[in-house]
Amino acid sequence: MNQPEDFRQAVREWLEDNCPESMRSPLPSEAEACWGGRNFEFYSEDQRLWLERMAERGWTAPTWPTEYGGGGLNREEEKILKEELARIHARQPLISFGISMLGPALLKFGSEELKQQHLPPIVRGEIRWAQGYSEPNAGSDLASLQARCEDRGDHFILNGSKVWTSYGDLGDWMFCLVRTDIEAPKHKGISFVMFDMATPGVSTRPIRLISGKSPFTETIFDDVRVEKDQVIGTLNQGWTVAKYLLTHEREMIAGSGVSSAGTMSVSKTATKTIGTDNGVLRNTPLRADIARYEIDERCLELTIERARDEVKAGVSLGAAASMFKYYGTELNMRRQELLMAIGGNDALVWEGDASKDGDTPRQWLRSKGNSIEGGTSEIQLNIVAKHILGLPG
Amino acid sequence: MALVLNEEQRMLRDAARDFLTQRAPVSHLRQIRDSGNELGFSRELWDEIVEMGWTAILVPEEHGGLGYGYTGLGLLLEESGRTLTPSPLLGTALTGAAALILGGSPEQCAEVLPEVAAGQRILALACDETTLHQPERNSSQAVAAGDGYRLNGGKTAVMDGAAADTFIVSAATGQGISLFLVPAKANGVTVQPYPALDISIAAAVTFKDVELPATALLGALGEGQALLDRVLDIARIGASAELLGIAQEAFERTMNYLRERKQFGVLIGSFQALQHRAAQLHAEIEMCKSVVLKALQMLDEGAVDNAELASLAKAKLSTTAHKAACEAIQMHGGIGMTDEFDIGFFLKRCRILETLYGDRNFHLDRYARLRGY
Repeated sequence: MNQPEDFRQAVREWLEDNCPESMRSPLPSEAEACWGGRNFEFYSEDQRLWLERMAERGWTAPTWPTEYGGGGLNREEEKILKEELARIHARQPLISFGISMLGPALLKFGSEELKQQHLPPIVRGEIRWAQGYSEPNAGSDLASLQARCEDRGDHFILNGSKVWTSYGDLGDWMFCLVRTDIEAPKHKGISFVMFDMATPGVSTRPIRLISGKSPFTETIFDDVRVEKDQVIGTLNQGWTVAKYLLTHEREMIAGSGVSSAGTMSVSKTATKTIGTDNGVLRNTPLRADIARYEIDERCLELTIERARDEVKAGVSLGAAASMFKYYGTELNMRRQELLMAIGGNDALVWEGDASKDGDTPRQWLRSKGNSIEGGTSEIQLNIVAKHILGLPG
Repeated sequence: MALVLNEEQRMLRDAARDFLTQRAPVSHLRQIRDSGNELGFSRELWDEIVEMGWTAILVPEEHGGLGYGYTGLGLLLEESGRTLTPSPLLGTALTGAAALILGGSPEQCAEVLPEVAAGQRILALACDETTLHQPERNSSQAVAAGDGYRLNGGKTAVMDGAAADTFIVSAATGQGISLFLVPAKANGVTVQPYPALDISIAAAVTFKDVELPATALLGALGEGQALLDRVLDIARIGASAELLGIAQEAFERTMNYLRERKQFGVLIGSFQALQHRAAQLHAEIEMCKSVVLKALQMLDEGAVDNAELASLAKAKLSTTAHKAACEAIQMHGGIGMTDEFDIGFFLKRCRILETLYGDRNFHLDRYARLRGY
């Protein structure tokens, strides 16, 4: 099975037999996405089956090695799989920070034991991971974090707190940046540790956003026991792992900047709501803004495609992830602004069935965080200036 | 097709860069300007460009060309954007050749294309009559006369107007417009050249009772609008490729300056106010690279309808190159305003290409129309 077209045919047939009919349509709402984990309740038997079947082939993590439960696919095969999934509008079987963030770091820096322990349950969606990075006094200046692991001989004791833990209340395990050497310069005393969030002393508190929703928590550690074998990479060298993982996070965020697939385009929404004269949108300044937006959206799609092809041809993405994160999030914010402008008074409704409980304004408000989370736009521009353009510090 | 250059294309680009930086750097442009050249480019350099095979790239092999394709020629245009090399490459080797390839009869192709490949015929598209690009507004007329046509009217802003041997002219022919190959030397053709702000020589061209043979008709009678649109879309993509070279070079020169110029005792590149603008511009230029390459590849794949991507590319590149050229002057400070320093040439050439074949406003409007709003 070396020929791409053979592979495509095999994928197509397998999907035909194994993707349940009800999983071949866009999600009715983000709330119904499959996140897996110990406490996840499936919305349907089909959802459970779809995850199980995809996980069995390792296709929830298509490029991970098969010895850790992954699909063992090369990039071309991965692309084919994605195309075939998109062709039948298959839902993502599993959304997982374990796959998008922790996994790549574990594969690169983790010991064999840690890979064996953690990767297969991630592929199967059995453990839901939470990220412990930011702290109340460590946002953009992440390396100044203060959550501290004290050495107690055969284990550590963790005290401190994290903020902006995505779905912290639903997480099973946490990967977390902690200070293990308080004497060392700030980048040199950090370690990357993992622990079960059911460990005594871990508690979470929801953070309510301006959108009215609470997708994040504050996470508090009060004398939490962390095992010494749960350190990824070398002790006190966690910053290297952290930066690598951030790169993956930025790529993921950038990719979601043009996640308009399956939703109505901005221009279609506008023509439907506002109407046209001789085929031209009735509001001409808005029309120009929409055209500029749609041009830039297409540009970003093409640039992501080009970057993928360059990676395939052996060029490293490197600091370019910062550029994609910056561009993708700014673009999504423009999109949300346009949808508010198109929505007019209807976009001001906060509750009620007609407005899907204020979906438009809530998404707009939520998008204001896009240029903050995962490193602010300003931080990304700093990285581009220094590491791509070589401008002086 | 993967959105990357292949080995052969990279070699072509590197060879072009070597040639242009040695034989026709920006100082060459300055020299042409200061010498009072009446064509807007150097015939000697043009001969060397022909020698390199650049005029033959698009021309099919059966007509003495290389049949190498649009992506290759786009790379050459991009590189000549970097050095601001004045030549009829865009107007003749791309736009003119494409018009013949798409619309020419076998006889027309056999007559004209070998001369294009050999650098012996300069072509100039003459389709604008209004100061803003509105190719559908046409008052020139060609009426049937004897075995051929009689042409009356006029065109403005004809690029390479003083040097052109043959104009490709749009004119109303009863139902719909048609395109004609009109010799510059034909009786009744008057060429009024004028220098443009980038040193190139454009022209206003008038046609007074110009008698044309039947063989002057390019493409089908009355169906010239569709052919003109296709040719223009190719020209727009070519102009975008040249703008990409301008944007990159102006940006890179500016980054070099930020890394060496000191004020307040530090390198000015350490100022965050400049770093962020530079990083934003870098991102926009990366977007531009993808769009230009995609558009060129699409032409090579033989797509018939390139309108949407052509307008997208022209709108995006006109906007970004303009920004890059303006930021280049601002970040260079006072020296950027001087004629002695080269950076101002980038803004001037950029302005020409931005305006040519429709500026960003034209293409924003067209893009929206094509997308149904």
